[in-house]
Amino acid sequence: MATVNIEAPKVARGDALSKARFTLTWAGRIGAAIVLFWLIAAIVGPFVAPFTLGEFVSDNGFAGAHGDSLLGADYLGRDVLSRILHGAWLTLGMAGAATLIATSVGSALGIFAAIKGGWIDMIISRIVDTFHSFPTLILGLVIIAALGPSRTLLILMTGLIYATSVYRIARALGMDIVVTDFVQVARARGEHTSWILFHEILPNAATPLVVDFGIRLSFSILFLSSLSFLGMGVQPPYADWGSLVRENMSGLISGSLAPIYPALAIASFTIGLNLIIDDFAASSGRAIAGKIA
Amino acid sequence: MAKLILQRLGAGLLTLWLVTVLVFIGTQLLPGDVAQAVLGQSATPEAVAALRIEMGLDRPAVVRYFAWITGLLDGNLGTSLANGARISSLIAERLSNTLLLAGVTAFLVVPAAIVLGLVAAMYPESIFDRTVSMMTMFLVAVPEFLLGTLLVLIFAVNLRWLPAISYVTEFRSVGQMMQALALPVLTLALVLLAQMARMTRSTILNILSSSYIEMAVLKGVRRHRIVFRHALVNAMSPIANVIALNLAYLVSGVVIVETIFAYPGLAKLIVDGVSSRDYPVIQSCAIIFCSAYLLFILVADIAAILSNPRLRRRGH
Repeated sequence: MATVNIEAPKVARGDALSKARFTLTWAGRIGAAIVLFWLIAAIVGPFVAPFTLGEFVSDNGFAGAHGDSLLGADYLGRDVLSRILHGAWLTLGMAGAATLIATSVGSALGIFAAIKGGWIDMIISRIVDTFHSFPTLILGLVIIAALGPSRTLLILMTGLIYATSVYRIARALGMDIVVTDFVQVARARGEHTSWILFHEILPNAATPLVVDFGIRLSFSILFLSSLSFLGMGVQPPYADWGSLVRENMSGLISGSLAPIYPALAIASFTIGLNLIIDDFAASSGRAIAGKIA
Repeated sequence: MAKLILQRLGAGLLTLWLVTVLVFIGTQLLPGDVAQAVLGQSATPEAVAALRIEMGLDRPAVVRYFAWITGLLDGNLGTSLANGARISSLIAERLSNTLLLAGVTAFLVVPAAIVLGLVAAMYPESIFDRTVSMMTMFLVAVPEFLLGTLLVLIFAVNLRWLPAISYVTEFRSVGQMMQALALPVLTLALVLLAQMARMTRSTILNILSSSYIEMAVLKGVRRHRIVFRHALVNAMSPIANVIALNLAYLVSGVVIVETIFAYPGLAKLIVDGVSSRDYPVIQSCAIIFCSAYLLFILVADIAAILSNPRLRRRGH
């Protein structure tokens, strides 16, 4: 069913063939700063966190901020800030790994299908379409019910689920590029398929695929966090940001902010990511704006 | 045109069939021994053997698949492993709650989102457009559970206007129903509104960048006339697409929102089913969610065919 990727061709035509340099706006710079902050936090977080992962800072659950415990205590009396810092690596690492799988598998298969065409394209597309016609969260739940929520499975599953989206975009991009004159000329010259792939198609598909990587990363974070929030993702004693929200939900009624902080951490990263992506997308948007103004 | 629609219907049915096969594999074959998985490692071999026979696991997979499918078509979904209740009655009770939640949300959001997206696209890069773009970007990027928890904090904890938990077994009055629905609907509505307005805006902008619009601009046609007489006519099918795709989003959206508010809907049923490894319940719920999702996408396809004259005339 061809309806789902209505946004895909736009990316394709906007960016595939133009090599316009783009600069970050102030919003994009803020986004980049937030993303950079969390990436650093993911690496050095466990070392700079004021407390270790399981250390108790209070005898009471949801104790307020005091001393080194800047954001207060969680439902068991552990330091919220330290747990967020410890969870950053797991949250971003798992999503990053899943997105790498999604982008590499999805774009490899998509461009392959676009070059080959015919029945190879048909078979791959049919299979991808079937998996694409599951609502992602329901597909995730069924797979987890079947195989259990190990972290390896979560990464693989997320990667393959989003590979179906990347596939559609990469295939659409590939289709656009395959029919261009320079590819036809290369074919007429008798160049090998792999030469065409690496010298003609990939360089022209790279920019949109990088933008898509950012979008997919933000989806992966939200998806994995949602699973953890439902209790189907990362299991204790490990905790990503989604599980931190889940385990502290009971404090919400009494006005504790313990479930809000990790949710804000997720939101700030995905917003930062989107601010950067928006700058990429804006270059095509502004051209349109100029036309009817 | 009829041929084209029938083709889409056929493709949709084929996909639905593939989905049932995958769900069956996921819930019956992949877990290995379902009876063992349900009872846990500590169960006695006798208990496992008894459950296996009770669930009919001694029959070959193909037989079980067909028994399940014919049961599905008859409305006989089997019994829950967790509490022995008939799944059809469990679902009947929950499905109406989910439909109410999703229905109210869609009813409120669809017109608002289209107007918002349309106006933003008519005045690109204006203050209004920038504000809408920025706000909707924030809303789309944040997880549903952040919105949900913030709304609870504001409206239930601080202002004490609304209940934080929407767990009600039956609605005694319209007022009580609205109170229970308010926060879940608001959470879903904000996300849906943002997504839909963004997609509508980019759809219209896409059309406004086509050459016949440029022609109209060069002729000196006024902006609102361009939008309403030229662009909107051609935007019908993409907008129908946007609506259907976003309604399909609701299928995933309700899962999170029902969990935040402990709303007794179908999504809560499947999530509880996964944590108690209640495979028959997961199976049935997954099929309902997937069929709804497929249906929306099919509707989007057919709407596109109906509103596109070039596709409409094909097959005459």
